[in-house]
Amino acid sequence: MITIKQIEKNRSGRQDRESIATDNARVDAKALIMSGYGINSEMETQEALARAGMRSDIVHINDLIAERKRLSDYRLLVFPGGFSYGDDTGAGNAYANRVRNNLWRDLEKFLEDDNLVLGICNGFQILANLGLVPAFDKKYDRTIALMPNRIGVLECRFVTLKPASGSFWTKGIEWLYCPVSHGEGNFYCTDETLQRLKRLGMIAFRYCREDLSPANGEYPFNPNGSIEDIAGIMSEDGKVLGLMPHPERAMEFTNLYDWPYRKEELKRRGSDLPQESVNMRFFRNITGYFS
Amino acid sequence: MTSFIHRIEVRYKSDPRIKSRTDRIRSLGFPVTEIHLIDIYTIATGVRDFSPDELAQIGAQLINPVIQEYTIDSATRADFDYAVEVGYLPGVTDNVGTTAKQTIEDYFSFRFKEGESVTSSNLYLVCGTLSTDSLQKLATTLANPLINRVHIKTRSEYGTKGMDPFVPHVNLNELPVAETVDLDLPDPELAKLGKEGIYDLVTQHRRGPLALDLAQLHTIRNYFSKKGRRPTDVELESLAQTWSEHCKHTIFASAMDDDIPNGLYKSCIQAATNKIREERGKDDICVSVFSDNSGAIIFDDTYLVTYKVETHNSPSALDPFGGALTGIVGVNRDTIGFGLGAKPCLNVYGYCTGDPDTNPELFRGKNRVNPTLSPRQILDGVVRGVGVGGNCSGIATPQGWCYFHERYAGKPLVFAGTVGVIPREHAGRKLFEKQAKAGDLIVMVGGRVGKDGIHGATFSSEPLDPQSPVTAVQIGDPITQKKFSDVIVKEARDLGLYRSITDNGAGGLSCSVAEMAKECNGCHVVLDSVPLKYPGMAPWEIWISESQERMTLAVPKESLEEFMDLMQRREVEATVIGTFTDSGKCVVTWHGTVVMDMDLDFLHDGLPKKHLRTTPIKKTYPEPQDVCPARLDEIILSMLRRKNICSKEFISTQYDHTVQGGHVLGPVQGRGRVQAAATLTKVVLGLKKGVGLSQGLFPSYSEIDPYLMAAAGIDTAIRGLIAIGIPLDTIALLDNFCWCSSDDPGRLWQLKRAAQGCYDFAITFGTPFISGKDSMFNDFSGFDAGNNPVKISIPPTLLISAIGIHPDVATAVSLDAKLEGDLVYVVGETSAELGGSEYFAQLGAPGNTVPSLDAAKAKMRYQKMTRAINQGLVASTYPVNYGGLGVALAKVAIAGRIGMDITIPSAMRPDYYLFSESLGRFVVTISPENRAAFEEIAGPDASLLGTVAGKVLRVTARTTVIDVPIADLETAYKSPFRGY
Repeated sequence: MITIKQIEKNRSGRQDRESIATDNARVDAKALIMSGYGINSEMETQEALARAGMRSDIVHINDLIAERKRLSDYRLLVFPGGFSYGDDTGAGNAYANRVRNNLWRDLEKFLEDDNLVLGICNGFQILANLGLVPAFDKKYDRTIALMPNRIGVLECRFVTLKPASGSFWTKGIEWLYCPVSHGEGNFYCTDETLQRLKRLGMIAFRYCREDLSPANGEYPFNPNGSIEDIAGIMSEDGKVLGLMPHPERAMEFTNLYDWPYRKEELKRRGSDLPQESVNMRFFRNITGYFS
Repeated sequence: MTSFIHRIEVRYKSDPRIKSRTDRIRSLGFPVTEIHLIDIYTIATGVRDFSPDELAQIGAQLINPVIQEYTIDSATRADFDYAVEVGYLPGVTDNVGTTAKQTIEDYFSFRFKEGESVTSSNLYLVCGTLSTDSLQKLATTLANPLINRVHIKTRSEYGTKGMDPFVPHVNLNELPVAETVDLDLPDPELAKLGKEGIYDLVTQHRRGPLALDLAQLHTIRNYFSKKGRRPTDVELESLAQTWSEHCKHTIFASAMDDDIPNGLYKSCIQAATNKIREERGKDDICVSVFSDNSGAIIFDDTYLVTYKVETHNSPSALDPFGGALTGIVGVNRDTIGFGLGAKPCLNVYGYCTGDPDTNPELFRGKNRVNPTLSPRQILDGVVRGVGVGGNCSGIATPQGWCYFHERYAGKPLVFAGTVGVIPREHAGRKLFEKQAKAGDLIVMVGGRVGKDGIHGATFSSEPLDPQSPVTAVQIGDPITQKKFSDVIVKEARDLGLYRSITDNGAGGLSCSVAEMAKECNGCHVVLDSVPLKYPGMAPWEIWISESQERMTLAVPKESLEEFMDLMQRREVEATVIGTFTDSGKCVVTWHGTVVMDMDLDFLHDGLPKKHLRTTPIKKTYPEPQDVCPARLDEIILSMLRRKNICSKEFISTQYDHTVQGGHVLGPVQGRGRVQAAATLTKVVLGLKKGVGLSQGLFPSYSEIDPYLMAAAGIDTAIRGLIAIGIPLDTIALLDNFCWCSSDDPGRLWQLKRAAQGCYDFAITFGTPFISGKDSMFNDFSGFDAGNNPVKISIPPTLLISAIGIHPDVATAVSLDAKLEGDLVYVVGETSAELGGSEYFAQLGAPGNTVPSLDAAKAKMRYQKMTRAINQGLVASTYPVNYGGLGVALAKVAIAGRIGMDITIPSAMRPDYYLFSESLGRFVVTISPENRAAFEEIAGPDASLLGTVAGKVLRVTARTTVIDVPIADLETAYKSPFRGY
C-alpha cells in the first residue's frame, strides 16, 4: 500500500510551478496536425502546442493527398488521438494504409530532414502500423503492435508515466499524469525487439505507480497489459515519438484527476494553486527542440 | 451479380483478449474453456477477380504481422469443439466491411462496382462441451437474430474446409411504384389499417403500424375527399410519421380535463419557462427553447451551450447495442442540427433495466416464441452501444447513471443526451437561427437510405408487441457521422455555405424536409434522386426510412458548387434531392410522377384535437413493520451493495470522458473512486468557465405521489450542480417523461400531477425548462414461460437533467472527504420520509411517505451553499441521494479513503435518520479553520455531525450503531458489478 505521504513526497507540486515559469517563447517552426476519418483530438493538440509556443495547422488527410497543403511546409507532423475508421481492421491500421498508399514519398522525405513526428494514442497506433517507430536502421517495417487491452474494453483513466530514457522529448520531466483512453494500447513486440529497444534507449515512457515505483504490469497502474509497462517509444533516430496516454488532455491543474485533493492540500500549506499541469512540460520540450 | 468470392481469415498469433472474452462467457453460465475469435473478410466481385498474389497483399493490409496472421480461402486450423460464425443479415450496416473495402480500393486505386462487396463476420471457435440447447443459447448471446446471421458447425463438420463463404445480398422486387389507398372503409377495417398498416399487394402482408387512430383517419379521409382523390401510400405514411405521438407529442399537446385546456406541454412546461424568463428579464439565460433540435442557454458573451436528452427505448429492447448506439449518435445530430450547427462536446446516458442478476422469462409470442433479452444482455448491449457511439465520435461521456427495477424487464429505457457549444455569431450571422429560403436546394448529407428503421416513429408510439417490425432496428455508423459532423461544424458552417440544417431522425426525410419547409413554406422533393443502399425500395420507404447518419440542409444555389466540392473532399456523400419553395405545399415526385401533394398546413396542423380525461388514483402501500436494529453495520453494507446505490464504475471507465481536453470533475472522484452526482467540464479551453451536468429521477416514488416524484427529480438534478459550486441562476432543466399505458386515465392523472410538479418547482427554483421529450407507451405485452399473458408497464419515469455554468472551475468542489480533522456537516433538514426509498425497498415494503420539498427554503439554502463554495470554505460536498444520509456519508468517506466519526443529532430512529431520502440536503466537509465563516453563512441549515478521522466509519446515536472499516464499505460498494 502506498501512503498518502509518499505520494505527496513524490508529487511536491514543484514541477507545476516550474513549468509555469517557463517562458512562452514562440518558434518559427510550424506543426501539421492530421485530421479526418475519425481522428478527434486535433483541437486540444493544437491548443497544447499553442500554449507551448508553436503554431500549427489542422489539415485533413485528403487535402494533403490533393496537395492543397504540403508536408514540406512544416517541421512537426502530429497524428493526434481519435478513432480513425472506428478502429476497424485494427486501431490505426486503416488510416496508416491511407497514408502509406497516398503520402509515403512525402513522408519519407519529411523524415530525412530535421523534422519531428509525434503520435498520440490513435496517432501512436498509426505510427506503429506505418513502421515509423521503432524504425531500426531506418527500415519502416512493422515490428511492434498495440494490441487490444487485456481487459477487453476501452479504458479511460489517469495514469502516471515516468521517462524511461533521456532525450529532448523527456528532458526535465520527472513524471507525467494524464489520461489514457483507448481500447488497443497493449504494447507488444518480440523479445528480440524489446531487447533492442532497451539497448538503444528507445523506450520513452513507462506506466508506473503513483509513487513512481514500477507498475510491473499491475492493473490499473499499467492500464492495458503492455509488456514492461511501455507507454511510449521513440524511433531509433529519436525524431519520432509514439505515446498512448494523452498529455494534451490535461494541460491545466484543474484537468488532473486528483486536483481537488491537491488543491485542499496546497491551500492549507498556504501555497498558490498552479495553473498549468505537469504535462505541459512535454509540449514545451517539443517547442524547445525548434528554438 | 458476383462470381468471384474470396474469404480472408485473420487471427491473433496470441490473442490478448482471450481470457476476458472467455471469462465473460463463463460468467453468463456457459461451461466453455476457451473462445477464440477469428475476423473474417469476404470479398465478392463480379467482373474483376483478385489473383492469389493480390489477395495476399489485401491480407497484409488487414493485419499487423507482429501479432496477426491470415489465411486466404483456407480454413483457420485450431483446436476447438464448435465453430460459430456471426455475420450481418443482408442490408444491415457493416462498418468493418466498409473500411476494408475502402482500404482495398485505395491500395489498388480502383472502385468496387454496384453489387460487389466486402463484408465482415466473426468466427468464434469454442472449446468446451456444450449441449445443443446450450450452444444455441450461446449463439444468441454472440448474435442478435434481428441483425445477425449465425452459422454453427461442429469440429467434424468444420473439417479441413471450414465455414462456408457467405455473401449477404438484398433481394428486392422490380421498380416499385406508389399506390393509392382506399380509406372509404367501414370503421373496423379503417382501425385495422391504422393499427397494422397498409395492405401490401405484392407481399400480401400489412406493412406495419401507421399508429393512426380512427379520428385521425377520418380527418385524413375528409381532407382527400375534398381534394377529390385517394391518398397515395406515400402521403398516408408521411402523415403517420408527422402525426405520430413520437413527433407531435399528442398526449402532451391535448386538452386535459377542465383545468388544462391548452395541454400539459403549454400549461406546465412551456408556461414555466415563459414565466421564469419574464421574471428574470435581462438576466434571462435562455436563448432558444423548445423550437430547435436542442435547447440553448447563454454560456458567456461569445458562446451558447445546447442540450438535448432523447430516449431510444423500443429499438434498445430489440437490439440493445444497435438501439443505444443509434440513440447516442442520433442525439448528437440534434446538436449538429441546432441553429446552423453546434459542436457536440459531451454525452450523457441513463439506463433503466431489470436487475441484471435476474432473468425473468418473457416472450413476445405465445408458446415461448420470440423471447425478450435478459436484463444482463440488455445492460451489456446498451452500455457498449453508447460507449462505441461516444468514443468513436470523440465526444466525452462523463455523466450518466443506471437504475434497476423489475418493471423495466419487459421494456428498458435508454436515455442519451448531448451538450453542444456554438458561437452566438460568426461574420455577422447569428448561428443559433436558421431560415431556409424558397429556391434553396434540399441537400441530403451523410449515409445512404435503406430499409432500416422503417416505421421507427410510429413503432415507438405503440406498445411493444409480437408484431414489432424487425426493420425498426438500425445499426449506427459513428465514423460516417463524425466525417460530416467535422466538415459541417468545423468548416462549412463558418464558410456560410448553407442557410438551414436539421437532423434526419424519426420519420427520416418525411419529417426533416417537411419541418424545414415550414421556414419558407414549401418544398419539392425528387425522391428518385435519393441515394440508396440497394435498389428496389418503394417510394414510401425511401421517404420515411430512418437510416442513420443523415442531415438535411438548405443550400443556396450560389453556394452549391463550393458546398458539394467541400463535401467531396471530405469524402462525405451529399446529394441534391429537391428544392425549397413557397408554394405552401409539400410535393414529392418519383420518376416524374407526383406521389405526394399536400398542403403544409394540413400536414403540420391538420391533426384532430383530442380531449383527454384523467382519473385520480390513490393507493395505500404497506409500511415496513421492522423495529430498528441495535446495530446497523450489516445494513449499511447491504445498502451500499444495492444496485441503485453501488458503483457502476465499469461504465465510467469504458467511456472516454477526457477527450476534447476539458475534464475537471469526472464521473468518479477521490482516491476511493466513488461515482459522482455531477460532473464539470470545460467546453471552451482557455476560459475559466465550465459546464456542469447532473440528473435526477425517482421512479420508485411515482406510484405513491407523482407530484412529489417530480419535485425529487428537479431538486436532485439542481442540487447536484449546487454541490460542485454552480449558482442556481445559471441552471436550466430538461424533462424526459417516459410513461406507460398513456391511454389509461389513471396513468394520465399521474402524468398530469408530475407535469404540475414540474411547473411548480421549476418556478420556485427559477430554473427554466429548455428542451424535453416524451415516450408514452413503455409497456410490454407478451407471455410468461407458462404461456400466461403478461403485461409489464414501467413505473412512470421522469428524468430531469440539469445543466449549469460554473463561473470559475478552480473553485469547484469534489465529493471526497479530504483531510484528517476536517469537520462533517449535513446541510438541510432530515425528516422520516422513507416512502419509496431504497431502505424500504430493502425491507420489502414501499411505504407511503415520500419526501416533500419546501423549494423556497431550499432555494435560499442553495444560494448560501454557492456563497460558501465560491469563498473557498468547503472541502467537499455531496448531494444526499438514494439511500439517504447514511449512504452519502459512506460514499464521501470511501471516496476520500478516510474514516469519519459521526454523532446523530436527532431523536429519530437511527435507521430512519440515516436512510431517509429527505430532499434538499448535502454532506459537507470543511477545514476546521473555516468553521466560523462557514457556520455564519450556512446558519441553522448546517448541523455539525462529527469529524473526518481514522480508517473507520463510526456512527453514534445513543449508542454506537455503525462501526465499519472504510475498506469494508468500499468493498461492499464495488462488489455487485465486479467482473462486468
